[in-house]
Amino acid sequence: MHALHLKLLREMRRLWPQILAIALVMAAGVATLVIGVGTYQSLAQTRSAYYESHRFADIFATVTRAPRSLLTQIAAIDGVLEVDARIAKHALMDLETMTAPASALLVSIPRQGDVALNRIYLRSGRLPEVGNTFEAVASEVFADANGIREGSRLKLVINGALREVTITGIALSPDYIYAMAPGEVMPNEGGFGVLWVPERNLAAAYDLAGAFNSLSIKLLPGASEAAAIERLDRLLEAYGGQGAYGRERQTSHAYLDTELTQLRAMSQVLPPIFLLVAAFLVNMTLTRLIALEREQIGLLKALGYSSWAIAWHYIEFVLLIAILGTVIGFALGIWAGNQLALLYARFYSFPILIFSRDPALYVIAAFVTVAAAVAGAVRAASTAAWLPPAVAMLPPAPPHYRRLLKADIRRLFPEPRQTSVMVARHLLHWPWRTVGGVLGAASSVAILVGSLWTVGAMEFMIDYTFNKSDRQDATLNFVAPKPLSALYEVARLPGILVAEPFRVVGAEIGSGHVTRRLAISGRLPETRLTRLLDASSATVALPDSGLLITRPLAEVLNVGRGETVEVKLLEGRRNTALLPVAGVIEGYLGMAAYMDINALGTLMGESDLISGAAVSIDPASQDKLFSLLKESPSLGHLSLRSAALERFRETMAQNLFVMVGVLVALAGVIAFGIVYNFARISLSEQGREMASLRVLGFRKGEVAGLLLAEIGVVVLLAQPLGWLLGYGLAIAMVKGFSSELFSMPLVVGPEVYAYSSLVVVASALIAGLVVVRRVDRLDMIAVLKTRE
Amino acid sequence: MGQPSWCSEATSYGRVARRLTRIKAADTRLSPLSGMLDRSAAPSVAKGEPLLRTSGLSKTYDMGELKVVALNQVDFSANAGEFIVILGPSGSGKSTFLNLIGGLDTATSGEAWFQDHQLTGAREAALTRYRRDHVGFVFQFYNLVPSLTARENVRLVTEIARNPMRPEEALDMVGLGTRMDHFPAQLSGGEQQRVAIARAIAKRPDLLLCDEPTGALDSKTGVVVLEALTRVNAELGTTTLVITHNVAIRAIADRVVNFADGGIASIQVNAQRMSASSVGW
Repeated sequence: MHALHLKLLREMRRLWPQILAIALVMAAGVATLVIGVGTYQSLAQTRSAYYESHRFADIFATVTRAPRSLLTQIAAIDGVLEVDARIAKHALMDLETMTAPASALLVSIPRQGDVALNRIYLRSGRLPEVGNTFEAVASEVFADANGIREGSRLKLVINGALREVTITGIALSPDYIYAMAPGEVMPNEGGFGVLWVPERNLAAAYDLAGAFNSLSIKLLPGASEAAAIERLDRLLEAYGGQGAYGRERQTSHAYLDTELTQLRAMSQVLPPIFLLVAAFLVNMTLTRLIALEREQIGLLKALGYSSWAIAWHYIEFVLLIAILGTVIGFALGIWAGNQLALLYARFYSFPILIFSRDPALYVIAAFVTVAAAVAGAVRAASTAAWLPPAVAMLPPAPPHYRRLLKADIRRLFPEPRQTSVMVARHLLHWPWRTVGGVLGAASSVAILVGSLWTVGAMEFMIDYTFNKSDRQDATLNFVAPKPLSALYEVARLPGILVAEPFRVVGAEIGSGHVTRRLAISGRLPETRLTRLLDASSATVALPDSGLLITRPLAEVLNVGRGETVEVKLLEGRRNTALLPVAGVIEGYLGMAAYMDINALGTLMGESDLISGAAVSIDPASQDKLFSLLKESPSLGHLSLRSAALERFRETMAQNLFVMVGVLVALAGVIAFGIVYNFARISLSEQGREMASLRVLGFRKGEVAGLLLAEIGVVVLLAQPLGWLLGYGLAIAMVKGFSSELFSMPLVVGPEVYAYSSLVVVASALIAGLVVVRRVDRLDMIAVLKTRE
Repeated sequence: MGQPSWCSEATSYGRVARRLTRIKAADTRLSPLSGMLDRSAAPSVAKGEPLLRTSGLSKTYDMGELKVVALNQVDFSANAGEFIVILGPSGSGKSTFLNLIGGLDTATSGEAWFQDHQLTGAREAALTRYRRDHVGFVFQFYNLVPSLTARENVRLVTEIARNPMRPEEALDMVGLGTRMDHFPAQLSGGEQQRVAIARAIAKRPDLLLCDEPTGALDSKTGVVVLEALTRVNAELGTTTLVITHNVAIRAIADRVVNFADGGIASIQVNAQRMSASSVGW
């Protein structure tokens, strides 16, 4: 083996803790890159393959009832490639596994079984057949959650009649990768399922023979979606069309998209931070190593080694660290990436999960890591390598320190302890290293603030949504609007304490060229259960006329209080009106508009119709109520608050806490890596002085205090900077992740800063204490006998 | 007396001293460094009274297979106010001896006493206390803190001492009153060594231990440093031990202890001390 290689290996053995600390920071960068990009690629490839093979549509529309003869006209629209018409109806379900009634979406399968778009993937069993008994294929997540298999029988209320449905198979489909019941916030694995039923059965049950109420369209590549939607809406208007929309507003697609955006953001923000910190650590460590080996370098050059050979020797040292970091990072990234992909597979229904193992990703990750490491090393290595041997063999010029303050300023302050003066001057003697250390520790704080705040924001949203805004125990959505008198029926049900009616009407709201389709909710002016709140959680009164719109809608339409919007109702007589915006309320769960229930009735040209009721339930009579509701033929969908809350938290816990846990660990690695190397180098530089202080009678604790004080200053300075950077990260996340479906409240509580600082300070303290143990081993005798 | 100013008593001294200390140790039966944490329990010793003594002090370094005896059965005593020069070639054990009586290292066997406190067997914390309260050190390479000025280097010690002099006073004593605000890198070697002396004496130590204080200096500068040391010894009455392999220095001592092969080979008493300015090398 080459002598220099031997030297290299021995060097690495001697410095292994520092090398490991740097390699771990690099590994964190590589891992986040592999996890982020790898999982993104896996999910994106899986989705696109699934969309392709099962022909996911581009445009979706719902109508009340339209004849199949209309399909010829629809197919003739410019740019339309394929048309798929179905019957889709919500129904109540009585499951033995749940006390509350569950809801099902019944989707028809065309006669021959050859579905044009949104084809189902049959996981097991067989397709349902037309017959006297209802047969159906159940969606997989729902079936798994309730233990439903082929042969299971479910009780459903189909168009007011109780029917038994036999399950013949388990299936998935690309339009329900992320299945959510209407009006829900999060997928309800057990409480909502899709059942695919033969078209003839469903048509007969809902009296829709020769008709459809749900439409999907696939466009030719390059065709204009907006133009097609406009033509389609005109065609569907007469049939109760509620407005066609593209993939970006298709719930399943949009939620999956949000997830992918987050993954991509993570893989763009985090790896550069880790790699920058790693480059800094390499630079710091190598600069010190070279300073210590200055004489050896001179000797090697005197022996005839070229400058290049010496520069390469140190670059090799760094390359070995980078390779170590990359290998650990790959292992960590592949493992965590698989875990994450499996987690996603639980939430999203894919027939198969494609684990992306794009070699390019690994090549890029390795290349970027090596590049960062070499960039960190190049300056230190080149200055050393090109020193003339005679100069290199002399000890370096003594460090030149200077006083920090002028004498007359100094006089204003009490005389500091000399040990404090030592700490301050040493930190300022290496200003860039100190700044680098502060920035590195700050980035660790920032990563923590930037990830931990989401937990608080989620809690804030839960509190906002379920404790302040929607305080009802359950919401009953009727199958079709009913007269106000139905409210008394609801109120008479056992256990109902309060029932508040509401009316929901699909509408298109626009200002200028921007229009959005959504539901206008009509409510009573004074409600106890559901409340409309502004950003500071204060109640906003519903005006007699005019609309209250949510902030996301106001932003999209670019309107404020007092301005008017154009409202086109998509139901009934499809009346249009110019309505004033009476106020803007907060809305984290997308776009919504509210108005007085009577004003909405007037606008609709109807009197006293309600779509459902928000109710509070006496827990004592809850079971009785549920069993009654399960068989109630007139009830549509029931969503239970407690169940929703539980699911919300469960989803959050699994999805968010896994991510946050990983980030806390990674931030800890950064903090440890920075502080450990910083302290080791400081000790290496000041070991002689520290040993001298021990000789002079300073206690171990006092000498260790020098080192801890130095770390303390760096870590302390990093806190406010880290908080600021973290807050910036939070702002960027709110901006980056907010969609029309969902936005996060920018709530960063003091506990977020406290926890972030705690994690970093704790990691720093551990690193500091590990190094401080070396103070005990300072050799007082050797230091007296040698010149530095 | 027309005799040379010093004469040898190497043969009998060790034996006598050993016997004396044995008697004394049996008398006092003090635990190692008991009372060392309280300076008031260690009253200043009048000039001429014994301050430091060792008996059978030995140090063996265990280098795996090899055992190196660095110090072998050394009996020694120093009185308060004495100026002692320890001479000997490198490897003769003089530095090991200084490290042991300075509380920097632990003996393998034998005893070392400072007044009535036993150094051998004392715990690490007690030795630190001993160095902090009683001993001043001066080293060949000065060991100043480069980030502190001359004044601040002295202040570093006065801040943790119980009855220190003002840093300026200490620097004045070594003739550096005008260069107090210079950093070590801005001072010559001799100046740096005098800062080190000022730092060592500022706490008014009972014992000043100097290991090759002129080793890195030329003759002229070395003499200035020696002058500072003798001045401190004369004015403060600090018991001073100077290790050197520079024979020229021996004339300024009360007593000269010659080390060889890990033990004391001979001791000479100078009837008349020469001034530091009159030596040269």
